[in-house]
Amino acid sequence: MAHGPAKGIGRWIFTTNHKDIGTLYLWFSFAMFLLGGFFAMVIRAELFEPGMQIVRPEFFNQMTTMHGLVMVFGAIMPAFVGLANWMIPMMIGAPDMALPRMNNLSFWILPFAFAILASTLFMEGGAPNFGWTFYAPLSTTYAPPSVNYFIFGVHIMGASSIMGSINIIATVLNLRAPGMTLMKMPLFVWTWLITAFLLVAVMPVLAGAVTMMLMDVNFGTSFFNAAGGGDPVLFQHVFWFFGHPEVYIIILPAFGVISAIIPAFSRKPLFGYSSMVYATAAIAFLSFIVWAHHMFTVGMPLTGELYFMYATMLIAVPTGVKVFNWISTMFRGAMTFETPMLFAIAFVILFTMGGFTGLMLSIAPSDIQYHDTYFVVAHFHYVMVAGAVFSGTAAVYYWLPKWCGKMYDETMGKLQFWIAFIGFNITFFPQHFLGLAGMPRRYADYALQFADWNMVSSIGAFIYGAAQLLFLFNVIRTIVAGKPVTEPKTWEGAEGLEWTLPTPAPYHTFSTPPEVK
Amino acid sequence: MATESSYYVPDQSRLPIFAALGFGSMAVGAGSWVQGGSPMIFLAGALLMALVLYTWFSTVIGENMAGMNNAQVKRSYVWGMSWFIFSEVMFFACFFGALFYVRTLALPWLGGEGKGVPTNDVLWHGFEATWPLFQTPDQVAHGESAQFIGPEAIIDPWHVPLLNTIILLSSSVTVHFAHTAIKNNNRSGFTRWLGLTWVLGIVFVAFQIAEYHEAYSELGLTLASGIFGTTFFMLTGFHGAHVTLGTIMLFIQWLRGLKGHFKPDDNFGFEASSWYWHFVDVVWVGLFIFVYVLGS
Repeated sequence: MAHGPAKGIGRWIFTTNHKDIGTLYLWFSFAMFLLGGFFAMVIRAELFEPGMQIVRPEFFNQMTTMHGLVMVFGAIMPAFVGLANWMIPMMIGAPDMALPRMNNLSFWILPFAFAILASTLFMEGGAPNFGWTFYAPLSTTYAPPSVNYFIFGVHIMGASSIMGSINIIATVLNLRAPGMTLMKMPLFVWTWLITAFLLVAVMPVLAGAVTMMLMDVNFGTSFFNAAGGGDPVLFQHVFWFFGHPEVYIIILPAFGVISAIIPAFSRKPLFGYSSMVYATAAIAFLSFIVWAHHMFTVGMPLTGELYFMYATMLIAVPTGVKVFNWISTMFRGAMTFETPMLFAIAFVILFTMGGFTGLMLSIAPSDIQYHDTYFVVAHFHYVMVAGAVFSGTAAVYYWLPKWCGKMYDETMGKLQFWIAFIGFNITFFPQHFLGLAGMPRRYADYALQFADWNMVSSIGAFIYGAAQLLFLFNVIRTIVAGKPVTEPKTWEGAEGLEWTLPTPAPYHTFSTPPEVK
Repeated sequence: MATESSYYVPDQSRLPIFAALGFGSMAVGAGSWVQGGSPMIFLAGALLMALVLYTWFSTVIGENMAGMNNAQVKRSYVWGMSWFIFSEVMFFACFFGALFYVRTLALPWLGGEGKGVPTNDVLWHGFEATWPLFQTPDQVAHGESAQFIGPEAIIDPWHVPLLNTIILLSSSVTVHFAHTAIKNNNRSGFTRWLGLTWVLGIVFVAFQIAEYHEAYSELGLTLASGIFGTTFFMLTGFHGAHVTLGTIMLFIQWLRGLKGHFKPDDNFGFEASSWYWHFVDVVWVGLFIFVYVLGS
C-alpha cells in the first residue's frame, strides 16, 4: 500500500485508486462537456437568425438530442461521480472506495458507451433525433435504425451508474472512520449517499424503458402502440419515473458542494446542518411521486393533474430550507469572494431563479401555456447549468489545490467566472421571454418576431462557450505552472478531514483510519 | 464503521478493462445483431465477459481463502450484493408498473371509459377493453390485416404455473435447509439440499420452456399478440432469465461446496446466491398472482 502510482498508461487503465479514477471521471466528463457544448453551439448558430442557414432540420433534431444526452449522461453525472471518487474517501477517512476494482469498471464502461452514442452520428439514417427524452413513438415507430445502438449504449451506461452508486453506498455505510457518525458526515457525503440511492432505484427503470423500446422496435411487442392495446403515454410515465429523480441525481451532489464552499468562505459553520440532511432526504422522497408534472398536456384525468401539481409544489419547501440555510450561513459571516465562492453565490441566486420558474411550471393550468416552449428550456438550463455546472466549476477551483498542490491564478479564475456568469444570463434569460411569447423548443426555424432575442441568446451562448475554454486553460495552466502550495489547509475557513491531509494529497490516504472526535 | 485497522485495497487489476471491453462489444454486437447483422461480435463480447467473470470471482475467492478480507471488507461485499438485488427489484417494478398501468388505465381508456370516449369512438370504434385481451384494437379496426392478432387462449394458471409455483417455493425451502446445514457444519446435508435446489431450478425452467412452446404453437399467444402477450412474455421471460442465472449461481456454489470452500461462519458466496434465489422466488409469487391468476 505504501507504493505510489504505476508508470505509463497502465496507471490509468488498470488503476484501483480512487484518486486516479476520480481524475479519469473528471477529464472524461469535461471532454463530454466540450462535445455537448459543441452541439449546443451548432444549435445556437442555426438559431442566430430565422430561416435555415447552417444545418438541415433533420440534423438539427440530432443536435438537440445528442446535446441533451451527452450533457446529462456524459458530462454532468460523471463529473459528480468524479468528485465523489476523489472526495468521499478523503472526507470520511477511508483508505479508498469500498470496491476498488468495480470502481475502475464503472469508469471504463463510459468511454465505450459514449463512443457508441457518438458513432451513431455517422450511421445511415443519422443519430437519434427524438429528443433526449426519447418519447415513443418518435423513438420506436419513427426512429432511425441507430436507435438500437442508442438503446444498448444506454444499457451499459446504466450498468456503470448502478455499479458506481453501489460502490458509493457501500463506502459511506461501511468505511467511515471511527467516530464519524452519520450526522457528522460532510453534507457532500450525505447528498451523494442519497443520490446513489436514487440512482440504484431509477437506473433499472430506465433500463426497463429502453428494453421496452427495443422490444417494440424489433420484436413486435406493443408496449407503446395503442393498436396492440398499449399506450405511448406509458413510455412517458416510465421515462419520467426515472427522469424526475434523475434531475435530483444531478442537483443533489451540487447542493453538497455548495454546502462545503459557502461555510468555508463565510468562515462560519453551515447553518442548520441537520435540517439540510432532512431536506435532502425529503427532496429525494418527493422526487419519486411527482413525475407526471412533465406530462400535464398528455391528457391525464383531472385528479391526476391536481395531485401531481400539489405534490410538485411541496418540493419547494425542502428546497426553500436549503436556500434559507445557505443565506443564513453567509449572514454576518466574515466573507471573502474567491472564485469558488463567486460560483457558489451565483449558484444560490441563479438556482433559486430556476427553482421559481419550476414552481411556475408546476401549476398545471399555466403549464399548458408554457409546455414545450423556450420557457422550459430556460428553466432547466438555470438549474442544470447555473446549478450543476456552476457548482462543478466551483468544486474544481475549491479542491484543485488539494488535488495537485498548485494554486490557480485568482484573477484568471474571477475573469472566467464573470464571463461565464454574464454569458450564461445573456443566453438563457431571454429564453424566458421567447417561451412566454410562444416559441416552441426543438425547432430549427422560428417566426420573425422571435428573431431579436434569439440573436441575443446566441451571442450569449458563444460568450459562455468561450468561458469554458478559459476554464480549461486555467485548469491546465494551474497543473503545469501553478504556484505550489503545501499547507494542508488551502482555505482559511475550510473544514473537514480532507484539509487535514498533506497538500497535494498523497496517492494513498488514510491507510489507517483517523480518529474523529 | 471502521473498527479494523487495515482495509484490503487490491493492487492494479487487468480485469475491469477487459470487462468494460466485454460490455462494449456486447452492446455494439447486440446493436448490429438485432438489425439483422451477424451475432459474432456479441458472442465474442459475451465469451470475453464470461471469462472475465470466471477469473474475477476466482480472484476474489482466492483472496478470501488467503485471509486477505477482514470483517469490514466482507461487509462491503454484503452491501454490494444487497443493493444489486434492490436494483433488480426496481427493474421488475418497472415491468409490473407497466402491467398495472395498462390494465387499470390505458386499456379502459381505449375501450371508451372516462376521458377515452372520443379515442374509442374515432380511432378504435367498437373496441372493448377486456383482460385477457383476445381482440386487439388493431383487429377491431383492421380485421384480418391487423398487425397485432390477439391470442386464442391463454395459459391456465392452475396447471403448469401452479406446479412451477410449488417447485420454486420448495426450492426456496431447500436452499434455506442448505444454509442451515452449512451453518451447522453439515457438509453432506449442504451438498444434498443445494443439489436439490438447483435441480428444482432446472425443472422450473424446463416447464417454463414447455409452457412457452404451448403458447406459441397452440394458443397463438406470442410477443406480437397485443399487450397481453407483451406483458406476459416480458415479465415471465425476464423472470425465467433470472431463474436461469440464479440456477447457474447455485450450481457454482454447489461445486464450491464439493471442493470444501465454505465454513460455518464464512460462506457469503453461497449466502449471496441464496438471497438472489429468494428474490426470484418472491418475484415469481408476484407473477403468479398478478400475471397468471388475476390475469385469467
